[in-house]
Formats: sequence, C-alpha cells, structure tokens
Amino acid sequence: MAEAHPVGFQWVMEAKRRGARVFHVDPRFTRTSAVADTYLPIRAGSDIALLGGVVNYILTNELDFREYVLAYTNAATIVSERFGDTEDGDGFFSGFDPETGSYVQDSWQYAGHETDSGSGHTGKERDSAAGLQHESHGAPVGGATQRDETLQHPRCVYQILKRHFARYTPEMVERVCGIPQERFLELARAWTENSGRERTGCLIYSVGWTQHSVGVQYIRTGAIIQLLLGNMGRPGGGILALRGHASIQGSTDIPTLYNLLPGYLPMPHHADHPTFDAWVDSIRHPGQKGFWGNARAYAASLLKAYWGDAATPENDFCYGYLPRMTGDHGTYQQVLNMIDGKVKGYFLLGQNPAVGSAHGRAQRLGMANLDWLVVRDLFMIESATFWQNGPEVATGEIVPQECRTEVFFLPAASHVEKEGTFTQTQRLVQWREKAVEPPGDARSELWFFYHLGRKLRERLAGSTNPRDRALLDLAWDYPTHGPHAEPSAEAVLREINGYEVATGRPLSSFAEARDDGSTAVGCWIYAGVYADGVNQAARRKSRHEQDWVAAEWGWAWPANRRTLYNRASADPKGRPWSERKRYVWWDPEAGEWTGYDVPDFEKTKPPTYRPPEGAAGPEGIAGDDAFVMQGDGKGWLYAPSGVLDGPLPTHYEPAESPVRNPLYRQQANPTRKVYAHPANSVNPSPPQEHSQVFPYVFTVSRLTEHHTAGAMSRNVRPLAELQPEMFVEVSPELAAEVGLDHLGWAHLVSGRAVIEAKVLVTDRLSPLRVDGRVIHQVWLPYHFGFQGLVTGDSANDLFGITLDPNVLIQESKVGTCDVRPGRRPTGPALLDLVADYQRQAGIVAGRPAPTLTPGAFTAGSATDGSADGDGGDREEDRDAS
Amino acid sequence: MLPDPNSLYGPLDPAPDAGWTSAPPRMGFFTDTSVCIGCKACEVACKEWNDVPGSGLDLLGMSYDNTGALTANSWRHVAFIEQPLPARHRAPPFAGTPTGGSVSASSAAVAAGTGNPSGTDPGVPPGSSDAAARMAAGSTDATANGAAGPEFLGMPASTPPGRGTGAESRTDFRWLMMSDVCKHCTHAACLDVCPTGSLFRTEFGTVVVQEDICNGCGYCVSACPYGVIDQRKGDGRAWKCTLCYDRIGAGNTPACAQACPTESIQYGPLDELRDRAAQRVATLHERGVTEARLYGHDPTDGVGGDGAFFLLLDEPEVYGLPPDPVVTTRDLPAMWKRAGLAALAMTAAAVAAFVGGSS
Repeated sequence: MAEAHPVGFQWVMEAKRRGARVFHVDPRFTRTSAVADTYLPIRAGSDIALLGGVVNYILTNELDFREYVLAYTNAATIVSERFGDTEDGDGFFSGFDPETGSYVQDSWQYAGHETDSGSGHTGKERDSAAGLQHESHGAPVGGATQRDETLQHPRCVYQILKRHFARYTPEMVERVCGIPQERFLELARAWTENSGRERTGCLIYSVGWTQHSVGVQYIRTGAIIQLLLGNMGRPGGGILALRGHASIQGSTDIPTLYNLLPGYLPMPHHADHPTFDAWVDSIRHPGQKGFWGNARAYAASLLKAYWGDAATPENDFCYGYLPRMTGDHGTYQQVLNMIDGKVKGYFLLGQNPAVGSAHGRAQRLGMANLDWLVVRDLFMIESATFWQNGPEVATGEIVPQECRTEVFFLPAASHVEKEGTFTQTQRLVQWREKAVEPPGDARSELWFFYHLGRKLRERLAGSTNPRDRALLDLAWDYPTHGPHAEPSAEAVLREINGYEVATGRPLSSFAEARDDGSTAVGCWIYAGVYADGVNQAARRKSRHEQDWVAAEWGWAWPANRRTLYNRASADPKGRPWSERKRYVWWDPEAGEWTGYDVPDFEKTKPPTYRPPEGAAGPEGIAGDDAFVMQGDGKGWLYAPSGVLDGPLPTHYEPAESPVRNPLYRQQANPTRKVYAHPANSVNPSPPQEHSQVFPYVFTVSRLTEHHTAGAMSRNVRPLAELQPEMFVEVSPELAAEVGLDHLGWAHLVSGRAVIEAKVLVTDRLSPLRVDGRVIHQVWLPYHFGFQGLVTGDSANDLFGITLDPNVLIQESKVGTCDVRPGRRPTGPALLDLVADYQRQAGIVAGRPAPTLTPGAFTAGSATDGSADGDGGDREEDRDAS
Repeated sequence: MLPDPNSLYGPLDPAPDAGWTSAPPRMGFFTDTSVCIGCKACEVACKEWNDVPGSGLDLLGMSYDNTGALTANSWRHVAFIEQPLPARHRAPPFAGTPTGGSVSASSAAVAAGTGNPSGTDPGVPPGSSDAAARMAAGSTDATANGAAGPEFLGMPASTPPGRGTGAESRTDFRWLMMSDVCKHCTHAACLDVCPTGSLFRTEFGTVVVQEDICNGCGYCVSACPYGVIDQRKGDGRAWKCTLCYDRIGAGNTPACAQACPTESIQYGPLDELRDRAAQRVATLHERGVTEARLYGHDPTDGVGGDGAFFLLLDEPEVYGLPPDPVVTTRDLPAMWKRAGLAALAMTAAAVAAFVGGSS
C-alpha cells in the first residue's frame, strides 16, 4: 500500500502512531513491510489458502461474533440437499457442466429454492461477466428461507462453511502459501482479537487481488471473514478496494464496461432481453424482497435521460435504441478479434494497453490490424507508436510502411486542467475545480465526446436511415462556455442526479424516480448529488467543524450514506453493540432510526417488524434484516448464486504454477476463461508435463515513483529519474542458482515473450518452502515501455490471457517464467528463443491445455455429465461453434 | 576585527545574531525517519516548486535510491538502507523461510562503485565499497547497536551476491529510509566563508544562497561539514535547499513538508519541533523502539544544533551522516590568533635581523 497508495497510507501510519499493529502479506518485502509490525512473505496466487486458514481458525475456535452472525448473515440458512462441496468433489462443486466449463447453480440454492432462485446455467453469464451486476446488490432469492437458529443442522451454511474450510489448517497454510505456521497464527490472532463488540477491523485490498483467475473469490473469502467477525456495516470495519486510479469506482458506477449501464443496470442481451419489460423484470425479479423492486423507474428514467422527448412510455422509452450484447465483448476478446480482422476502429482513452495489459504482443498486434485508432492521452504513449517503435518492429512482425492502422493522436487535458468529479473507494463523490487551462490543443473528455456527438449528428441530420435514429434522437444539449465551447460539467452532474422533466427540478433522492417518463436520471444511485440544485459533491466543510463522519464533505452514494448496511452497527433490537462503536441506532421514543450516518434502513421500520406472509420488495425485509439489498436481507457467507465459480471460495492454483494443487486433484479454477487463439498460450503446470521449463514464479506490481503503464511518470523528469530503468528483483538464493549479478542483466522468458531487465539482488526477496519444495519468486515493475524519458521492456508482455470467470479480469499478478543471465537476443533471434521454449514446453499455438485436470472431474461430483479427460478439444469445439 | 569567538560555535539564535531586529521565531524541519515510507514525494515536490534541474537517469542499485546524494540538482535526498539486522520491536520477517546468507553488504558494495552523473560538482562521487558494505551490514559500531551484524567478507568481485560463504540463513531484515536535506546549521560554515555575501542568514534563521550574487568560488563546498552544498557544472554556482524561503515568507509550508504524506517531514518553529521530537523519542522508547535517537537537535553540538534535525533508527553513519559534525570555521579565531602570532614573530625576527644587521 505504501508502494501503490502512499497518500492513503498516511492513515495506516496515523493508526500506527495510535498504537495499531500493521500486518503486511506480500511476495516481496516492500516499503509497506518496512514500517509494518509483521511481514509475512507469501507465494503469489495462494491467498485463498491463507484467508481460508483464517476462516478455519475462526470457526474451529468459535471466535465468530455469534450474535451478529446469527442475526445478520445467512449462517443459519439451510442449503439444498443436492449441494455437493469441493471437499467431496476433488475441487468441483455440484452442478459442473464439463461441456461449457461452467456450473448449473440449481443445487447451490437454499433448500426449497432450487428452481426459483439463481440463474440456472451460468455459461452465458460468464461471457457477459454478469457477476459485475452484483457490485450493488445480491442475486435474487425467491421468498422465505428455512433456518436453524442453533446452527447445528448439517446443511446449514455455518456447518457447510466449517466442513469446507476444515482442511485449511495452519499446516496447510504453510504448505500452500509458504508462510510459517506461527507467523500465520500471529496474524489470525491479531485479526480476531481486534474484532467484536468493542473493536472492528477493516480489510483493504488493492486491485492486484482482482487480477487472478480466482480474483472474485479472493475478495469473497475476505468478505466471509469480515462477516464472521462482525466487521461489516460498522464503523472502522468493511472491505475497501484501493483502486488503481482516482475514479475507478466512478467508472464502474457510470461504467466504461461493455456489460453494464449506469447504476449497475445490466446491458441488455439480444436473446434474453427482447423487450423493455423482459429487461426490467430480469433486474427487479417480481416477487423478490428488497429494494430492487423499483428497477423499472431507474431504467425508464435512464432512457429518458438518454433520449429526452423521444423517449415515451408508448415506445418503451426508446429501449430499442440500446445496443445489445451478443456474448463476450470484453477487452481481451476484442483484442483477439482485432488480430482476426473483426474490428475496424478503436477509441483508446486513458489507457495504454501496449504496456499495461496482459500479453502486450497480442495487444500491439491487434492494434496494428485496425482501419483506424484514436488515442487520447497526455503524452505520446506506446499504444500510439507501436506501429513505429514497438518491439514487433524489431522482430519484423510489424512493418511500419505496411501497418494498416491509421492512428489519430489527440492530446488530452489532465485532471487539473478540467472540472469534474472523482468517486473514490468509499463511494465518496468529490468535485474538483479546474486549476489551469490545458495547453495547446489538449481538451477534456467532456469536450471531445460532446463535440464528436454534435458533429456526428450534424453529419446525419436529415438521414432517413432507421439505424441513425438512436443518434439523432439523443438528448444532446449541454450549455457550453469559453473560447473552445467547453460543455458545463455541472450540467452533466445535474443530469446524472436526475430531474423532474416538466419543471427541471433536480431530484433529491432515487425514491423520486418514476417509471412514467416524468423523471430523467442519468445514474439512479447518484440521485441526490445535485439535490436542491446544489453541487453537493463540491462541499468542503472542514472536519473540525463537523462530527467525525464528516457528512458535509463531498457526497457519497447512495443518499450520502458513508457506511453501507449500517443497520448492522446496532444489535437486532436496534441498540448499539457497544458505546465505543455507536453509529446508527433505533430511537424508540422518536420511533425512527438515527445516528451519525444516514441510516441504511427504512427510517421508521422498527427492529421488531416482521414481514407478512408472501411480502415482496422493501416490505419483505424484516426489522433486523440489516443487509437490505440482499434478496434475503442477510450478509452472504455462502453465495447460492451471483458468483459463477462457486458458492464458497476454494483454493486453486494459478493458471500457471510450478506447484501441484495440494488441496484438490483439480489444479486450477475449472471455470476460468481461456481463449484458444493462436496468439495466446498458457505455460504448462503440474500435473502436465514440461512445467519445469518455466520453473520460477514471477509477479508484477507498482513502484511508488511510477504510475501504471508509465505515461504520466516516465515522461515527467522528476519522477522518471527516481526509477530510471527496468529492473527485476531477485533473492540472493536465486541469483546464486541462476548466476545473476547485482546491476547486471537478466532476461525472463515465458511462452509469450522474452524481456530483459537490470538485476537487483536483494534480501527483500526470499525463497519459500511450498509443499516440500523450494520455490523462487521474482518481482518486476510493470511501468516500463519503449516511449518516454526512461524506457525498458514491458513486464506484462510475459503474461498470457487467462481470465476470472465472474468479471473477465485477467490473471496478471502471477505467472511462470525462466530466468537467464545476460541480455535478451534482438531481432528475429528473439522469436526463435520464444519458439524454442514453446517447443520444450509442448506449447502448441491455439491449443491451450485442458482447463480440467485429467482425472479430477468425475460424474460423482456433478449432477449430470461424465468425466471429460480431453478438455483441450472441448475448448476448441466451443470456440469454433 | 575578529568576531566574538562564542558566535562561531555553541548555542545561539542565529537570526538576531546576524543582525535581524524583531526576527520571527527560528523555523526548521524535524524529519522523523521512523514514519518515512520512502515515497520520495519530498524530492519531487522540491524539484517542481524550486524548478531544480534533472539529476541524471541512472539506476544506481543502492536499494531504491537513484538520487545518490544531496547535490546542486537534488535538494532533498531519500536514502534507503537495506540491512540484515533485527528491528528489535518487530518479528524477524524471514524466519522460517529457506534462506541463505544476506546479500545487502555485497549489493551495496557493488552499487557504491556507480556514481550518478548529476550535472554537478562534486555531484555523486563513486563511494567507497568498503564503507557502503559496512553501512549495509550494520552499524559502524556493532556493540553500540547491541547486536553484531553479519560482517562483509570482502570485495564484491570475490564474493558475488549470494555466492558467498554459505553463512547461516538470514531471518532478520530492516529497510531504513531517511529524507536528507541541508541542515541549516546554527553556525553555518558555508555562510562564514562566502566572500560575496551570496549565502546569507534569513530572518527565519535559515541559510540561503542568492544565485544572482554567487560567483562560483566554491569555498562553501569544502566548508560544509555535511557535504551538502554543491555546484552546477556549466554556471559553477552553488545551489541547495532554501527551506523554501519564498514559501515560508508568505506563511506557507515548504514544498517537501507539504507533500509528505506521513508527516515524516515536519516544519515549524524550531523550539516546538524540538519538544515534539523529544516526545516522539520517548513514545518510541516506550513501545520498544529503543534504537530511536535524535540527530542534530542539540544546540551544544559542533554546529550549534541544526535547523533541520532528524529522528534516526541507528547511528548517523548508517545513513551516511557524519557522527560528530563541527563547523569548519570553529577554529578560525584560534587559527587567526596563531597565524597572527606567527606573523608577529616573523616580523619581530625580521626587525631583529635588520636591527641586528645595522648594529
């Protein structure tokens, strides 16, 4: 955290000043470790085993916050008798379909809800990364659940959890992660001792956690711990993601993703959502409990904001104009489509895939096969010059004179050169002013898209072509100012907030959204950010002039609520768990919820409220159901649906690992997404042959001195000189084994690429003993590329493309490689070296290894289907079909 | 005439001493290295605010330090020291892992051979391999530190990293970070020797170079007991930290302290900072960080105390700081006295010779 988030880290140091103990778990000893009280080295990609060990420690020693767990989580809920666990299926839950490599989730449901909840077969959900929808709410649950308040029923979630994690012992943690037992126990003790009535613990992760083939399940494991310890919905608790950029939370809320619309409304699928009603019903689930019952109003108001006067109840608010998904349109599928010539043009904004994305060579080859490419950036980045300066030019794979892509480079204004908002991890929306004019032709994104839209509409004016109607009918009218006709960012924020169409009055909450076309709302969860016509995000009241929750600094969605599910900060009867952790509570005299924060509960619903039989929507939520956005009002220790690779997290090895999975016969996540494309490959892992060709684990991350793909730091002299060269950090033990010298050269080879780097031999890296073997890990910064003041080979070139099935995020924090002394070859000899390694490793272009470990999947672990020992063909069939 | 000998060393409030009437309180830096996270925001903020030129694009291999030293083109410098030593309040980070011997000393020795062409003189001269190795292996005085650090067993060429002696496995490790800066001495030798008056004492008690008066004589470079001041090649003028004279004059915090995310660099009236520092040391000692100590805070030391002082976690030598700096002009009166006596004696002898000769 000190490396990647030094400014946020000031609060860790502040906590430390006040006596907090800081634990740091990382494959390498970083600047965070330097000031931590305890550092635990870990093998990259083994986090579920570590966290699962903590879950097991809590359950074995009964250290869970029992009153909280019983009342607010689904611990007591009984699961279907058809459910089969990975402990019995050698790494497979029940319902696995080897044909599609995905699960049928019926058997995971709560008892009695096998057919009316969840989404059944999840093959299509994986293609559309549908897991992302659940960022703001849980998957549906149909009606009432069966519970055992004694937690003794063998199929209650508590018992299932206990059995599932029983083998995640301190010994197993040591065996899988390489963390000595006593160090692990130190961590487990500290975490549990600092949670409960009087104390809460906060789990903070950074996006590196998401970049694994089991990334979502990493965070799920963290969530299970936090729920068991009563650390959710309470002050000082929670799970916070430190994002890679200032407004990544914002760009998920108002998404730059192919599968979501603003406010986590799903992008319609051409087959599943033919009509507005079908689409809306798939979101609100008629009959379901909870707050998504009003989804029709949010959806109608969004379309009203898009198409203004043209959107009417009679024409389903122009629903027909919305683009439809047909499958996987994720960034990696797009790149492979580019290589295959299926994509004509591409807009690239604030991203540098030639350096920052996994498998850089595929990224560059894809971009070299377009008709046109528009790059907007602060600096001339690698993704704009790959056709001229990229490594493929040196190898002869790209010939500048023949490269067909026409690249348009447009200079962009930086965050200090334009006004707008940042939304951070706590969902806090903060307005920022423009400090200086952008230089030269640099312009804001707002300016670019507004005027691009304006010009396109001018070009199409008078067109009778039906396909142009969606563009021509857009409500594309924003006030502009200044010599460049800059659109007003506040006007955009006002539209995001939403307003009454007839009067223009800004809405003060999403409860005012209507489904009859009388309101327009750009993003329903942001309703209130412009309440009373005031830019609430621009509020800057000092913390010294208000209480510690600081509700008048900026604005948080939803409804300026700083902590979600804060009903859980009070006990089931509505009293604070402790005086020290007082936050939101029931005031029986006033008959309402009150406290420091905006209560995340219906204001006047008493703790004693019990829903009538068959109640749906908010009415179905009981007075002690703290997790109001969940279909059953409970925090999910066990996720019967919504997570595609299992209701519980399970340790799988990374897609590339030198180690056999010590827990299950199935080696890696069986539902991970693999592309059988000639450009892509996966290094062999046990029990496959030839895994020893790539014997070392490599991991990449950030240096404090640089930012992501480096454009904003390698082009800025005071930053560039602080870390002026690409390097690789190796332990003294590996240096001795391979023959590397401090400040000498090394090159690293994977099945995709070979890169070179200067060597730093340092005590900060250490080999680990994993399952009886010594495993060496090397670390690389991923900031370097071939443009800028300081240049170097790109670490992400080493990675192949393997994705998490839930969100289609690539596994780019762990891979295998070989490490060799000296510089890499250049020109065609470089390709020869990679080809030689591919031959040694048995890698065949376009034929990835089976996702199912041979012999692991048996009919007994599935509800239907039989063993399929030849997953490679399966993959090929699927992609060919 | 010669000044009062007491004004060249010992406790003093420098601004009034320099002739400022109704001077504001003396301002300074307290750099608490126990909370430094090595982010180098101070280096960047300093360069941006003061428009300091680049200082070279070379990987030095001195841990994460690619700046090398304080130079005319680097007015803040974050030192990184990797050591296989216990931080006694902390669990040994590599206990239980299959490690061999430590490499810190060898890597530091290799790195010491690489100077950074910073565009300045003397810039970042290649260091002594032995000294660097000793720093990385542990305190210069192992007994003072309470634990004998692993010894550096020779030159890097004879023991390449990791291929050394097969020493027992390393378990302890600590990574020290420290943001160094001009000390703004109470008795500043650079100022004393400046023939043009380019270096002057501000009303805040800080020491500043006026670049339009500096004639590039370089006397200040050799006068500085900390090796801080340095000349730019090209124009030959001396440059160093001004403690952001322009900012503090306008009531603002210096750029580095403003940018520091963890309040490792604190700016304020020196008296307050000294109180705060003493409390911080006491707190750390209570928490078992007994190695915490202050450096440059003592008005009775050889430079009369520093305007920029530090909380360190080891001996100053480990951070590349002189253990007992003395203002280089301290002995000037005595030297002048002696020179005067010698001159008198020679004159007397000459006179005697002439007198004798004529007699």
